[in-house]
Amino acid sequence: MTPQDRALIARLCAERAGLKVDPDKAYLLENRLGPVARREGFASVHDFVCAVRDRDEERLIWAAVEAMSPAESAFFREAQSLGCIVAEVLPELARRRDGGALRLWVAACGAGQEVYSLAMALEEAGPAGVRLEIFASDLCERRLEKAQAGVYSQFEVQRGLSAHRLVEHFEMADEGFAISPRLRQQVRWRRVNLVEDLTRLGRFDLVVCRHQLGHLTDEARARVLANLQGVLAPGGWLVLGGDEAAPGLATANDRPGFFSRAADSRAAA
Amino acid sequence: MPEDTADAKLCLLVDDSRVVRKVARRILEDLGFEVAEAGDGGEAMAWVRTAMPDVILLDWHMPVMNGLEFLRRLRKEPGGERPRVLFCSVESDLDRIREALEVGACEYIMKPFDGDILASKLALAGVL
Repeated sequence: MTPQDRALIARLCAERAGLKVDPDKAYLLENRLGPVARREGFASVHDFVCAVRDRDEERLIWAAVEAMSPAESAFFREAQSLGCIVAEVLPELARRRDGGALRLWVAACGAGQEVYSLAMALEEAGPAGVRLEIFASDLCERRLEKAQAGVYSQFEVQRGLSAHRLVEHFEMADEGFAISPRLRQQVRWRRVNLVEDLTRLGRFDLVVCRHQLGHLTDEARARVLANLQGVLAPGGWLVLGGDEAAPGLATANDRPGFFSRAADSRAAA
Repeated sequence: MPEDTADAKLCLLVDDSRVVRKVARRILEDLGFEVAEAGDGGEAMAWVRTAMPDVILLDWHMPVMNGLEFLRRLRKEPGGERPRVLFCSVESDLDRIREALEVGACEYIMKPFDGDILASKLALAGVL
């Protein structure tokens, strides 16, 4: 890749998805774009980027941008935060909702480990008698396809997932281990670009968006936070990574990474 | 990571492969464990009767006494209920993993593994 190639990809990532991509990190760009270039039938990443530039084809542009979006994913990452959602936040929300369904959204689900971790934790210890609607989204169509399939390699199921949960919630599959159909069927999937208008998605009682903001430009980070705040139902919670901040939202002292709508200060008590 | 070995947890590595023991020992020592080794279940029984370890990393298929048989006998030894046992095997069928858990393993590692997987499993077993 030439410096011009890297600069073009960095610009497209910022323009289309607010992604902060450092054009000096040649290895990262080559690493992420190499598989895309091969899949699209190009001899090199440089040839692929030339096609992105010259053809001005949306499909190729998005293939590049999606490949550069954050891909880190593991089961039960920040398990304490998941435990807090299941044992404290959802029972609180359910009491307020008084019988109505709670809508949960994992806003950058990657290959699905985070949303399935939530579904497993809910099945094991979630509030009884509460109707839950679980949505999951990601910017990357290919990761979303993998998430929907719910099949993971031996390496993937050994990062963060206990053996007890593996035998309880997975089945053998030809390519590895498949999440049980009863969990997979609980989740509804959609490709979502978080910098775009999200109001069409409706309101959510809980939005989980962990470890994404750090990958965004300053402008995009502010927009995404405002977008996520905009889809929170009154009294709803936004859950970020334990070390992430959400200016403008009320924090919960004993729950790092948990934020409630400023308009409903009682929800943070 | 404890520097002082007096505070370190003792991990008994039970595997008939010297290569696996060498790799696992290096990772475990980096994580702060004191490490002892046994080449099969029989050697491991002799070891636990001398000094009961805190953690046991246990292969399934070994000569003399396999991992499952060792684990059954371990749990009948005085103090044998105490060690946290992590199976570490090429067996990757869910029925075999379930069997290991039912016999008393607290975690299961499928080979091949790396340092991240071993650390993740030791944390899940509550010993890291």
